[in-house]
Amino acid sequence: MVYSVAVDTSLKRTPLHQAHVEAGARMVAFGGWDMPVQYAGIIEEHRTVRAAVGLFDVSHMGEFEVEGPQAEAVLQRLTTNDVTALEIGQVQYSLLCYPDGGIVDDLTLYRLGPDRYMLTVNAGNIDKDWQWVTARGTGARWRNLSQETGLVAVQGPKAEALVGRLASGDVAKIGYYRFATGTVAGVATIISRTGYTGEDGFELYCPAEGTPAVWRALLEAGRADGAAPIGLGARDTLRLEMRYALYGNDIDETTNPLEAGLGWVVKPAKGDFIGREAIDKVRAAGPARRLVGIEMAERAVARHGYPVVKDGSPVGVVTSGSYGPSVDRYIGMAYVAAPHTATGTALGVEIRGQVKPARVVKTPFATPHVKR
Amino acid sequence: MASVPGDLKYTRDHEWARQEGKNIRVGITAYAQEQLGDVVFVELPKVGATVSQRQAFGVVESVKAVSDLFSPVSGEVVEANGALPTAPETVNTDPYGTGWMIVITPSKPAELDELLSAAQYEEFIAKGGH
Repeated sequence: MVYSVAVDTSLKRTPLHQAHVEAGARMVAFGGWDMPVQYAGIIEEHRTVRAAVGLFDVSHMGEFEVEGPQAEAVLQRLTTNDVTALEIGQVQYSLLCYPDGGIVDDLTLYRLGPDRYMLTVNAGNIDKDWQWVTARGTGARWRNLSQETGLVAVQGPKAEALVGRLASGDVAKIGYYRFATGTVAGVATIISRTGYTGEDGFELYCPAEGTPAVWRALLEAGRADGAAPIGLGARDTLRLEMRYALYGNDIDETTNPLEAGLGWVVKPAKGDFIGREAIDKVRAAGPARRLVGIEMAERAVARHGYPVVKDGSPVGVVTSGSYGPSVDRYIGMAYVAAPHTATGTALGVEIRGQVKPARVVKTPFATPHVKR
Repeated sequence: MASVPGDLKYTRDHEWARQEGKNIRVGITAYAQEQLGDVVFVELPKVGATVSQRQAFGVVESVKAVSDLFSPVSGEVVEANGALPTAPETVNTDPYGTGWMIVITPSKPAELDELLSAAQYEEFIAKGGH
């Protein structure tokens, strides 16, 4: 057994860092941040979210605001989805791409006002994204609010009742991928009906200094519901069961949106955007490989980077893999050469020199319960 | 603090060794399973395999990590815990009991004396365990 315990004072801390340490969370380095990977245990936390409600500190994620009469046009050129389809109060999943079609980052885009938007980006990409959007998004005013913004995700079948008890307005009226502004536990908050677990729930954006109060209030008010803090470990198994992509694992600068199965957020009909030409070419030829869900035929954990083989020949690579606590199966995602991506195709995953049988399966692995 | 039974010997890699007659039963410590988190996969050698002290004899995987298992002593594997592949969580729930991994007939019994006592192991993990 060999452990690496990160003792790195250069790691950044969220406004809830002290609360995690006091709660006995195991902290790990993630994307330059000192984050809780688990509290009670990954599998137990995973089940808490599926059965009751869990609280996630995702304050490490980045928030950029962009404003001005040109904001829409700027975003239309930077992102792959159609910004003109976005109403005030609505959220859109989207991508930033390189000219070659590789992915800079995946993000959620909020339309805050007629000419005002917010982008939520991955923690490990904040600096890269900020340089990218400000260099290419001239003509609108950009503000990086990442430091001053806390973000708490409340996810699970009891999330609506819990947030509803603490929020100023009627959160039941907020539709999926919609948001409202109000207060939670007296703190000004953007209450967004979004998440990364496949369960109903909210993501609550609030000022960094108010985030500990929101966190404490949610834990207190949710006690009878079985609310518990959830670490990044369970966040990963929950999103994997939904086949949600994780930047750095399943998508990155070397993957294009079409092979990643993200063609639904690429809207060529909207006009030009960075990466469009390259993505159009991929679409015309058809992706050479596709990100598919795989299920191991026996107990075996496929992990990022493990080779995928078909009849002894390499045909792909695993991007994410784990035991899926809700499906009680060993599942993963892998880029596989297009001819071998049909559901049911028998494949192998090479684990420590041994090929373990697997097959391509339909995704999501677990049934989503997001509000519709 | 994780439990450290006084009658066992320990490695710096967080395995325990229990003398049973001429044989040594081996598992991982309570501290180790706590550090690993939920164990979801265990791979053990076959009975009859030869293992060497401080060499990997198997693999344990938690949701987040893969870790090698290192043998406390050299010798021949005479038993492997057949329940673990289908119930890997036993390593978390009962690391010193039903979560045992293998039994070795040592080829160099003196190696046992090189292992840590319970007191030494407790001190080792108190200092961070690595």
